[in-house]
Amino acid sequence: MSNTANMDTPARADICAVAIADCFAGDGESLCNPIGNLPLIGGRLAASTSEPQLAITDGFYTLLDNVPPVGLSEQERVAQRTIAHWNPYREMFGLLWHGRRHVMMGPVQIDRYGNANIAAIGDWKRPRSQVLGFRGAPGNTINHTTSYWVPKHGPRVFVDAVDVVCGVGYDRAAALGPVASRFHEVRRVVSNLAVIDFDATDDAGTPTMRLRSVHPGVTVEEVLEATGCDLVVPEGVPESRLPTPEELQQLERIDPSGLRFREVAGS
Amino acid sequence: MAGVDKSLTEAEAVAELRPGMTIGIGGWGSRRKPMSVVREILRSDLTDLTVVAYGGPDVGLLCRSGKVSRVVSGFVSLDSIPLEPNYRLARQAGSIDAAEWDEGMLLLGLQAAGWRVPFLPTRAGLGSDIPEVMPDLRKVRSPYPEPVSGEHEELLAVPALHLDAAFVHQHRADRSGNALWLGEDPFMDDLFVRAADRAFVSCEEVVPTEELASLADLTHLRISRLDVSGVIEAPGGAHFTECPPDYGRDEAFQKLYATASRDDDDWEAFSKRYLEVDEATYRARVSELAADQGSPASGGTS
Repeated sequence: MSNTANMDTPARADICAVAIADCFAGDGESLCNPIGNLPLIGGRLAASTSEPQLAITDGFYTLLDNVPPVGLSEQERVAQRTIAHWNPYREMFGLLWHGRRHVMMGPVQIDRYGNANIAAIGDWKRPRSQVLGFRGAPGNTINHTTSYWVPKHGPRVFVDAVDVVCGVGYDRAAALGPVASRFHEVRRVVSNLAVIDFDATDDAGTPTMRLRSVHPGVTVEEVLEATGCDLVVPEGVPESRLPTPEELQQLERIDPSGLRFREVAGS
Repeated sequence: MAGVDKSLTEAEAVAELRPGMTIGIGGWGSRRKPMSVVREILRSDLTDLTVVAYGGPDVGLLCRSGKVSRVVSGFVSLDSIPLEPNYRLARQAGSIDAAEWDEGMLLLGLQAAGWRVPFLPTRAGLGSDIPEVMPDLRKVRSPYPEPVSGEHEELLAVPALHLDAAFVHQHRADRSGNALWLGEDPFMDDLFVRAADRAFVSCEEVVPTEELASLADLTHLRISRLDVSGVIEAPGGAHFTECPPDYGRDEAFQKLYATASRDDDDWEAFSKRYLEVDEATYRARVSELAADQGSPASGGTS
């Protein structure tokens, strides 16, 4: 009945959800605010297993003290929430400027320093393709921790230079200096192929992308082929970890309709 | 003691606007937009407007109609359809001048205007391309040393977003402009009102002042007559955007709007049927469409 594969052939979507959950490890009492289906599932997984002090949103105007499933009807979304706090948009800005938040966004392009584009493809002044605009990315990235989710790891997403810097990367942060950038942290990029952190440095000592793990069934070569920017590959890259039985149970509870398998298929 | 009667129609409010003005529009994305006013602006011969908004179909419609030469926004989105198709077309055609601020910057610009200060400082935007591609945005150095480093920090100085006029849609209001929002988020409507020389509140229903405090707790009485120039009774006025708890978004109509925008002929037909008509005809045609699709029209038509 379950869409989830057994432990011998773990579903890739479950690997991704667990890798996303691990991004929030150590955050403690802060707002876990992932955007998009798999990030939402991974964030709620963290909140219901490894990081029980996390707060999550109802997707709109409140912070919750429970971890309801995703993909509910509007009626069920309202019925199943335990509201702990009123958080309209103006309060969200207050919260994020204060810094007790970790967001996960989906970039259209990202470079090796973690500069991320969600605004437009081409010249911003007259884009070839208008996307989301800057939205909250500049304020988020300079004020608190940010991670990214890439559902289709490819060379047009991982690029040498993004067309528009919306989310601030480590080179831009370094140029601002240590005081202006003291709240900046790009923690991880999780994709359908791998987990990337910023534990490598360039010649100037600025943090750059490093391959942290490859998902089971993916080779380092495949990741490199799908990455259009420099990516440091350390000796002996491990495989991304498997979900625990408890995590598999929670994933079934959080995502009973299997939204995650629609975003990342296969094992 | 009682406030004066400031009731007026959409047409009377829009008649106060002039070409080249800067207009703020409340709401957020495709949520609680003063759409009956937007439709009235579409019927006017106004041009060269600057629109300031957390944008939704209001901005898209004004861009497509050529009423707008400049858009200052935190984003432009239809929520259930992430990219506003007409704003997107305008950006890609280069037909408008765009300022795409960080969402929080927009709040600060409105707040600065309301507080009558020239700017408010923020860290948001620093290190991103916002100061690079929008060079009219300036930075400011703090006169105070940061406690740990002693450094005088440089911050982005978000300029006051002074509005010639603002339009917001509230759930209830009295005739003098005391207004009440229901639902779960006031959005930035009160900030738009205070940022403007003249602010107009459209509402689902005009009620006697003495009823206001019984309709919700006091914190929902967010806009006062001191800041309001005119009150427009506009039941269903937010259609096709959402106005909960009074009504949800008309997703079917929004989809029709988005689909029509992709093709010039389809757009012309949509425009003839729904935009180049008076509000009563618009309402009637929306109801017809809903009846055809076997669903009740949202937006409180009756």
